Amino acid sequence: MNRRLVNLIIILLIFALAVWVDLPNNPGIKIGSFEKKLETVLGLDLRGGMQVILSVPPEIAVTQQNLQDAAAILENRSNALGVSEVVFQTAGERIIVGEFPGATNTEEVINPIRQVGQLEFVDTGNTPLPPGTEILTDFGLPEPVTQPTEEDGKIRYHTILTGKDLKSVGVVRGQLNEYEVAIEFNPEAGKIFEEWTTQNVGKYLTIVLDKKVISSPVIEQPIKDGQGVIRGGFTADSANSLAVQLRYGSLPIPLNIEQIRVIGPTLGQDSLQKSLIAGLIGFSIVMLFMAIYYRVPGFVADLALIFYALLTFAIFKAIPVTLTLPGIAGFLLSTGSALDANILIFERLKEELRNGRTVRQAIDLGWRRAWPSIRDSNIAALITSGILFWFGSAFGASFVKGFALTLALGVAVSLFTALFVTRTLLSLFLESIKEPEKRPELFGI
Amino acid sequence: MLDILGKRYYFFALSLLVILPGLIILAINGLPLAIDFSGGTILELQFPTTNLPPTEEVVQIYNELGFREVQVQTAAGPSGQRDLLVIRSPFMDEEAKNKVVSTMEERFGIEQITVNRFDSVGPVIAAQVTNRAALAVAVAALAVVLYITYAFRGIPHAFRYGICAIIAMLHDILVVFSITGIGSVLWGWQMDSLFLTALLTVIGFSTQDKIVVFDRIRENSAFLRKLPFEKLANHSIVQTLQRSINTQLMTVEFMLLALALFGGVTLREFAVILLVGLFSGTYSSIFVAAPILVVWENKEWRTWFRKQNASA
Repeated sequence: MNRRLVNLIIILLIFALAVWVDLPNNPGIKIGSFEKKLETVLGLDLRGGMQVILSVPPEIAVTQQNLQDAAAILENRSNALGVSEVVFQTAGERIIVGEFPGATNTEEVINPIRQVGQLEFVDTGNTPLPPGTEILTDFGLPEPVTQPTEEDGKIRYHTILTGKDLKSVGVVRGQLNEYEVAIEFNPEAGKIFEEWTTQNVGKYLTIVLDKKVISSPVIEQPIKDGQGVIRGGFTADSANSLAVQLRYGSLPIPLNIEQIRVIGPTLGQDSLQKSLIAGLIGFSIVMLFMAIYYRVPGFVADLALIFYALLTFAIFKAIPVTLTLPGIAGFLLSTGSALDANILIFERLKEELRNGRTVRQAIDLGWRRAWPSIRDSNIAALITSGILFWFGSAFGASFVKGFALTLALGVAVSLFTALFVTRTLLSLFLESIKEPEKRPELFGI
Repeated sequence: MLDILGKRYYFFALSLLVILPGLIILAINGLPLAIDFSGGTILELQFPTTNLPPTEEVVQIYNELGFREVQVQTAAGPSGQRDLLVIRSPFMDEEAKNKVVSTMEERFGIEQITVNRFDSVGPVIAAQVTNRAALAVAVAALAVVLYITYAFRGIPHAFRYGICAIIAMLHDILVVFSITGIGSVLWGWQMDSLFLTALLTVIGFSTQDKIVVFDRIRENSAFLRKLPFEKLANHSIVQTLQRSINTQLMTVEFMLLALALFGGVTLREFAVILLVGLFSGTYSSIFVAAPILVVWENKEWRTWFRKQNASA
């Protein structure tokens, strides 16, 4: 079969796929357990919402793991409180970015961040509990429970002390050089602790955070002076993370609110509509210009441009790329880049035709000669988008990131359409015209 | 054939004419940094009426809550009515903001004040962002120059092309700063993250243009060896002129013009800066980058400080 025909079929297939993905209310892909939704994800600036940037105070040492844990905990907490579609992401080494689409009530969003988890030391008698077990405690109840009692499938235990009673926490090395977490209670709490441990040697003291067990060590001997160690086969990391949890409550690291942005939904809607209209106007003018100035090739380039726009949008939906205003601007700019490749080629094509080459030769030469500048200039654009992306990720400047991503994707797709789609379509068009060499007006010469 | 390079010193003068006014403004007023880089709070409140409370009373409320250096502006909201208050103040948290809004509702007897926008950036993160932004611009410029030097390694003085691209890029950066400086006086523009995005885009696309022109010189120098460099460069510029005009003016600029005219208010400043910056990118590849290559080839600086008549 003719190679051009094969190419045409490939183009049509991709086109059909892109159109299908672009369809509004696309049901998404579902193969077995694999499920992918195909939805346009709008950024905060378009749908309204709130963004919060949290940072770790400079004096606190922090690992990537801490930061990710904190982000996950915050996300769970917000979800548990019914704030929907919340995303908490880490950005750089000390920053967490929270995005709350649709939310405008700052209090509703910030309170879960502010709230510090409840740490409790619980008497579980002869039973050690595996980490993660959910229990109930009598902390804050008017009547303490004397025996573990079952309620709604969970067991309620007696709370001896809470995180408020702790004076200090640290990681130390034991006699066998193993890692231990050393804790010290306030003098008053120390007395209670001493009394309780004296009576309960051999039993289990369970440490509970927000009603979830984190560790269940055994009491080896009475603990005097309010000072004790928690052993449990810790590594340096796990000892550290327990110490941090004890120190700061449920978050492994303390976080300060550094930045809050609230965008009202009306403003977002307004910008979205206007920008889309602006995009359509720009698109139409550019397509008109191409067709008038470059005639047949220009018309083909317009077809390729439509193909390009549909394909890029389909990729945005499939990844998915969050669409922000700058993201839309980046997309529009990349159409400029897509046309640039075409224009470079067409100008070459005209030159070669004026030099008396046949149309077939001119197409081949045009593409080959224009290629180095297309390649080099697009690589330069990709380098810049890469740097923009890096900058955007490090600071939760998600719109800078969005711009960089849409620009880079656009540039990549534009290379494909210029080199493959325009070329195939143009050759097919010209093959169907008799003696195109004798009709220079077809090329706007 | 069109003699562009012969008039190179006129074009240099024209560039200075565009760049200097804005830079002078910036030198006098300082950079109009937005809260992204300087830290602070912007609160945009939409009132149900165009009967906005007087500025002094709004400032009064802020002062009572301990915020000095407060600026209040009125603006037109999405409905087209002047029913918006835009208030700039030092960094505040959401508690203080809620207090501001509730105090206003109480004192002005207005039921529903909507928070359209509340941007609050702490000083620490602002400083970090500024550092990182400067780094991003520097790294982008460097990466692009290295790439050009690499891409043109086959021809003599490849490094020169890189340097000329840098000079032209600096030209474009200065033009962007200049227009922003002028905009800051005329329309209250500020340098925010969107400005930075526009700047980096200009850097990326400005190089695209330089590469297209340089690429022609690279190609032509293969078979026009005997021609003086100035003729060769001029020839290459004229050959790529049509493409530059069509790509830049007809497509990219039209797109941006549409965004500037019809896009939302949020994008206007961004679109205009890009419009000017990208135009400058095209201009500088033809009228700055290539001419400097020629100046360098001819070592013309030797004649600069003598009485001269050959330059123009």
